Amino acid sequence: MGMTITEKILASHCGKSKVTPGEIINAKVDLAMANELSAQLAIKEFDDWGMSKIFDSNKVALIPDHFTPNKDITSANIAKKVREFAWKHNIKFYIEQGRAGIEHAVMAERGMILPGEVLIGGDSHSTTCGAMGCFAAGVGSSDIAYAWAVGEIWLKVPSSMKIILKGKLKNWVSGKDIILHIIKEISVDGATYMAMEFTGSGVSQLNMADRFTMSNMSTEAGAKNGIFSVDDETLQYVRNTERYKLEKPEFKIYESDFDAKYEIEKEYDMSVIEPQVACPFSPGNVKPLSDVEKLPIDAVIIGTCTNGWIEDMRRAAAIFKGRKVHPKVRVIVIPGSTLIQKQAIQEGLAEIFIESGCVFSTSTCGPCIGGHMGVLAEKERCVSTTNRNFVGRMGHPSSEVYLANPAVAAASAILGRIASPEEL
Amino acid sequence: MLLKGKVWKYGENINTDVILPGRWCHLYLEEDLAKHCLEDLDPDFVKKASPGDIIVAGKNFGCGSSREIAPLAIKAAKVSCVIAPSFARIFYRNAINLGFPIFESDECYQKAETGDILEVDIATGVIANLTKNQKYSSTPFPEFMRMIIQKGGLKGYVLERMKNKT
Ligand code: SF4
Repeated sequence: MGMTITEKILASHCGKSKVTPGEIINAKVDLAMANELSAQLAIKEFDDWGMSKIFDSNKVALIPDHFTPNKDITSANIAKKVREFAWKHNIKFYIEQGRAGIEHAVMAERGMILPGEVLIGGDSHSTTCGAMGCFAAGVGSSDIAYAWAVGEIWLKVPSSMKIILKGKLKNWVSGKDIILHIIKEISVDGATYMAMEFTGSGVSQLNMADRFTMSNMSTEAGAKNGIFSVDDETLQYVRNTERYKLEKPEFKIYESDFDAKYEIEKEYDMSVIEPQVACPFSPGNVKPLSDVEKLPIDAVIIGTCTNGWIEDMRRAAAIFKGRKVHPKVRVIVIPGSTLIQKQAIQEGLAEIFIESGCVFSTSTCGPCIGGHMGVLAEKERCVSTTNRNFVGRMGHPSSEVYLANPAVAAASAILGRIASPEEL
Repeated sequence: MLLKGKVWKYGENINTDVILPGRWCHLYLEEDLAKHCLEDLDPDFVKKASPGDIIVAGKNFGCGSSREIAPLAIKAAKVSCVIAPSFARIFYRNAINLGFPIFESDECYQKAETGDILEVDIATGVIANLTKNQKYSSTPFPEFMRMIIQKGGLKGYVLERMKNKT
């Protein structure tokens, strides 16, 4: 019996030739990442446990992004604590506000994590980097503290769900729509404890942004990780990262065996999927855009770790170009990272956003968690390209969030209501 | 060891955002977290619950964010355990790592109601409903996780490992 890509990566990280789903292993960690919130508790635990040394300061990333640039004194104090910890322990991948961005985009674009490696992150969307052919999973703060101390993580080897993608994407459809459609089909706990493996002939036409979005939101179906195999598109992305250029690190490429065992297999014809919208208050409450009532909206958020990639910026800018945001709507565009922000400026996208009437923000989680920089008021309605629309997620508990792709969000911003790019 | 308390029952897919809302994510000390436990799900929970009470909820409890302060807030609010047909995976591991007892039981969710008094045997996972005079079973933990829970969470396990290393 063969192994899946996830099983192979995990086996190679616990010194075994084979692992089976359900088995509990201690896996070696190539990168243990935390943002300032999960780091705060992890640091407290690390210190409480009497730990004094990080197992390998080259394998730790600390990326403050949730309440940065700092919202208030409390968040400034948290960031300070994390910064001081990073300096004290000589953490290689501590990147300061203004040079970093949102953790998942930053880890990917800097090559902090590479194909075939094991990443654990103190953030549920740490699944994002699975798009690069690595095992990437979200964990809690204790797990991070444990990994900092011993360089390992205890894991139950997940069974795998094979998602076979076929067919060509329709106009205005992107990875966001495919993953929303899948979450609707299998439900928000459909992949709980499982590895979601995206494969099939359709993958080749998904760009890295699409793949990152899909791996990002695999956690919304309860998955442990969401993984793609490595192809030319991935290799090109990896070779372009700063770390790869500087250090030329070696990495291993794993692929699932033809006789690997899957608990569930699903096939999707992407050519029949239209843009999708997740209505309040669950990422699983998904409808095709044409079935969603064209309700008026107050705010639009485009970007963040889900859809803040350069391709997403281009998709949104293509809609905003030469058009104005509806007078009753506020739009915030948030690139996933500072590097993406810079590229958006170089490509002239930033100017398009500002001309159109959007806020072109520095990279931060801010509005996505109702933290700062664009919190929703009572009963406000927002179309957002982020990944969660729970009660109160982006502000007041009575506010409503509709999740969509960047083109749909931009079209809605212009028409002042939930809208399709086709209507423009 | 027996856990005994009154049931507070909630629905399916209770996410960590309603257990401990994002606006309180800067908190990390137990006494601060306790005050906001379940705030966006049931704003009166903290006022009406007594130490030892038990949360019974539907499937996929704790879905959403990885915030460990969600189970920590429940633990800090002196809830003795959470019982649900299934838990979201990060919540599940966070609870185990904190040494906070959780039990998987669909039967308990189907039959127990708010106000019932339950008595849960940690060792066997058997849940006795003293009000309704019923008994429910729960899925036993794999041995490794049981060991971590017995050591009071990941802390005990780590300290032991570090000791053995030196
Ligand atoms: S942008 Fe939103 S989903 Fe992404 S890491 Fe930040 S808070 Fe989490």
